[in-house]
Amino acid sequence: MGLLEGKKLLVTGVLTDSSIAFHVARLAQEEGAEVVLTSFGRQMKITQLIARRLPVEAPVLELDATSEEDLASLADRVREHVDHLDGVVHSIGFAPQSVMGGNFLTGEWEDVATAIHVSTYSYKSLAVAAKPLMTNGGSVVGLTFDAQFAWPVYDWMGVAKAGLEAANRYLARDLGPDNIRCNLISAGPIRTTAAKSIPGFATMEDAWPKRAPLGWDQSTAEPAARGVVALLSDWFPATTGEIVHVDGGVHAMGQ
Amino acid sequence: MANTEQEILEGLAEIVAEETGLPTDAVALEKSFTDDLDIDSLSMMTIVTHAEDKFGVRIPDEEVKNLATVGDAVSFIAKAQA
Ligand SMILES: NC(=O)c1ccc[n+]([C@@H]2O[C@H](COP(=O)([O-])OP(=O)(O)OC[C@H]3O[C@@H](n4cnc5c(N)ncnc54)[C@H](O)[C@@H]3O)[C@@H](O)[C@H]2O)c1
Repeated sequence: MGLLEGKKLLVTGVLTDSSIAFHVARLAQEEGAEVVLTSFGRQMKITQLIARRLPVEAPVLELDATSEEDLASLADRVREHVDHLDGVVHSIGFAPQSVMGGNFLTGEWEDVATAIHVSTYSYKSLAVAAKPLMTNGGSVVGLTFDAQFAWPVYDWMGVAKAGLEAANRYLARDLGPDNIRCNLISAGPIRTTAAKSIPGFATMEDAWPKRAPLGWDQSTAEPAARGVVALLSDWFPATTGEIVHVDGGVHAMGQ
Repeated sequence: MANTEQEILEGLAEIVAEETGLPTDAVALEKSFTDDLDIDSLSMMTIVTHAEDKFGVRIPDEEVKNLATVGDAVSFIAKAQA
């Protein structure tokens, strides 16, 4: 029996087949789950093509995580495919280039606000929008990049991730009574579209394999996706508000 | 199931036409994706994803940067199929 046998999941954030969310969806299907995807705007077409590369082609719903309209109609649109949800994956992040790449001191509020709206607030929005479907409890999982430190070039995205990590704790507090667990995977650098759009990303990714006691392969999202699948499963029944590091061990090292 | 370069050009022209609304005969070997066909990075991603499925090849992101013209893409796909 698969780890996610019979579970119904909503997975956001599949853009290409290098996306962390693509590997989550693939592994989840392999482990027995039924998966519904979301995408938005001009990326919808790409996600629809990529959805055909999954073991089972998954339906793709439109969801701009910052659109109140999309969020309000989400539950009804998901119900056209599955009658309830056991898990929701938030694999969404975006910041304008003007607030990354060393532009911490010059980044303007409007652009910072975009980063926080898409990358932080949307975690809460998505969970609340999907909550009516999680009638038997559930598991909400998001993706962070270790926000305890100032990194080269990550800048306001790092601040947005610090907010995401705090939001995860508050979400865990408020959804716990409904038996909904909320956890994050803190992943090491992976060469996805989002990562490659960060100016100077190579400076962060190059140091990682050397600092990681387990080593680190930036070319695959599989380890991070396995972490997400584990948190979606029934094997973390009493864990919430947690951050699980899938980073080769870098977070635990002093140098 | 390798295609001839002419078949690849025709197949690619259909994909580009669908994405951009340009007529297929505007998609000639010497045309630049960005300068002549006005294709932005998201459209290019869509075209590349379509082309991978249609021709059964992988076009890595690192490679996409080097595909300046339609001809570059046709020869990359032909080589990848060989
Ligand atoms: N790649 C890494 O190195 C890394 C490391 C740690 C954490 N993460 C996080 O993992 C998550 C997934 O990113 P990825 O690396 O797979 O890159 P990706 O580019 O494949 O995925 C990012 C996704 O965000 C979606 N998105 C952006 N704005 C949106 C909006 N307004 N509404 C809905 N969706 C929106 C995009 O459609 C895309 O699918 C992000 O939260 C990212 O910060 C990535």
